[in-house]
Amino acid sequence: MAFTAPNETFAGKVFAVDAGLDKKITFGGENVLPFHLFEGDVPNRPVVAYEIQDVPPADWPETIKKVYEGVSSDPVTWAKFCQDKLNARAIAIRLVGTHPDRENRSPEDAAKTVKDVLAAITVPLIILGSNHIEKDAAVLVAAAEAAKDKNCFLGKAQEENYKTIVAACMANNLKLIAMSQLDINLSKQLNILITQMGYNKENLVTDPMCSALGYGLDYTYSVMERIRLAALTQNDVTMQMPMLADVGINSWKAKESIATEAELPIGGTLEQRAIAWEAVTACALMIAGSELLIMRHPEAINAVEKFIDELM
Amino acid sequence: MLIIGEKLSIIAKRVREAMMKFDKGPIQEIAVRQWKEGSGMIDANIGPAEDGGEKMMEWMVTTIQEVVPLPVCLDTTNVKAIEAGLKVHNSQWGRPLINSTSNDPERFPIMEVAVKYKSQLIGLTVGKGGLPADAEERAAIASEIMARAMEYGMPVEDLYLDPLVLQMATTQDQALKVIQSVKMFQELNDPPMKTVVGLSNISNGMPKNLRHIMNKHLLTLLLYEGLTAAIADAAEVNETAKTFDVIMGKTLYAHSYLEM
Repeated sequence: MAFTAPNETFAGKVFAVDAGLDKKITFGGENVLPFHLFEGDVPNRPVVAYEIQDVPPADWPETIKKVYEGVSSDPVTWAKFCQDKLNARAIAIRLVGTHPDRENRSPEDAAKTVKDVLAAITVPLIILGSNHIEKDAAVLVAAAEAAKDKNCFLGKAQEENYKTIVAACMANNLKLIAMSQLDINLSKQLNILITQMGYNKENLVTDPMCSALGYGLDYTYSVMERIRLAALTQNDVTMQMPMLADVGINSWKAKESIATEAELPIGGTLEQRAIAWEAVTACALMIAGSELLIMRHPEAINAVEKFIDELM
Repeated sequence: MLIIGEKLSIIAKRVREAMMKFDKGPIQEIAVRQWKEGSGMIDANIGPAEDGGEKMMEWMVTTIQEVVPLPVCLDTTNVKAIEAGLKVHNSQWGRPLINSTSNDPERFPIMEVAVKYKSQLIGLTVGKGGLPADAEERAAIASEIMARAMEYGMPVEDLYLDPLVLQMATTQDQALKVIQSVKMFQELNDPPMKTVVGLSNISNGMPKNLRHIMNKHLLTLLLYEGLTAAIADAAEVNETAKTFDVIMGKTLYAHSYLEM
């Protein structure tokens, strides 16, 4: 008698969310565990967005900085390079220059940058603050006005600053990334608070907070897994958002992305090791359920796309 | 847990007066409120209704379903009234539930009507010989009701067993037996039998301000033993039901869990 593997069906599913206008991307929408195409519908492949910044990446490790040499002094040329030369399906601009401890650029400066980048590209744009709670509230409000009706993603709304950011998204018709710090219950609570303001839960993406391989990946992995299980098995509509893995900024902080072969004789050359570190972090989190990823190195991104090709 | 809203009962003065006058207003107001509070079904208790029961049940079912997208629990011992109500019941939001049959032969025709209209049915575990003494006696009666259902052609999945909640104020020792009964009823079939109670019976005769305390705590114990449904006040028991789900891990906890 031939063995028939049992198929698991679920009461719930993940919302499908889109971004952009001309070159729209859609991710999420599945009704099974990550990549379980044999059991149900996985209508969209995960999307990788290329990360750029509003100021030159002086603090990026050499290995990744040199990839964007010549284009990264200006966010517009940088964005165009990613779109036209690297075939980026989406771009994420991180407004690190607005951080008070850095260039402390104003919300108006940030809004101008956003406007300029939007005028230069056709792929969808994700707009991220510098992760300074108070400054982000002001910066993202200004950025939201600059991105009005362009179907961009704004991020990240957190427990301490979500009200202003959500209001700005509602006023300007934008999608939103909500982040909590590796706590599934606080993640649910934040989603509830955001939707109680009247924001459509189907326009939300959850960022449970990414950690790189070796630096907390397992925590992010298990929170993502539990979020996805709540969405599918408990049909919990407050947990059915697609998830973001903000990989690049985390993996490139790792020692393994910076140490020379002499300092750390594992994983091949420094370049190979660093690229692998980013790719492996990304792939692990896609298996956990993330459908939107923000990454830096083109070769890591290519490896991730190949990985997705093979699984789908 | 399925909450069957208990408020539309002929025993309540305002409801009785509205019923006597065929005044839709209060009936619909109470039905809508129970729906908004989280009831999954609305109980329509017209009492024994020996006179004009059919017209009354028909009127109650249509009046309720005019404003609330929920199935109705037809609460009467009058067989003809039950049939009249089933004839006009709108089942697009769920099948009706009949409250109730028992092991008393006078109540067997109610089971026949349930089968005829493919309605769900509450089986009260009491017979002609007086109130059941303990959980074992209730379970024995339950088995007889289940056997009869199968005989009449009703799937046992359509049966809700009711262990008959008696009031704390006069029959304190029965409370624990009811909890034990719900546990025993589960085991009478695989998948477990559905169960239901008239929750507020436990606090009958208690000072008004204490009733909700007794109701809620009994509900928690019954839920733990597997209770499927309760005829109760949704506003009163929502907190208990939601907190129970979180304790049991059925719903993910968040600080605003009671608002969901």
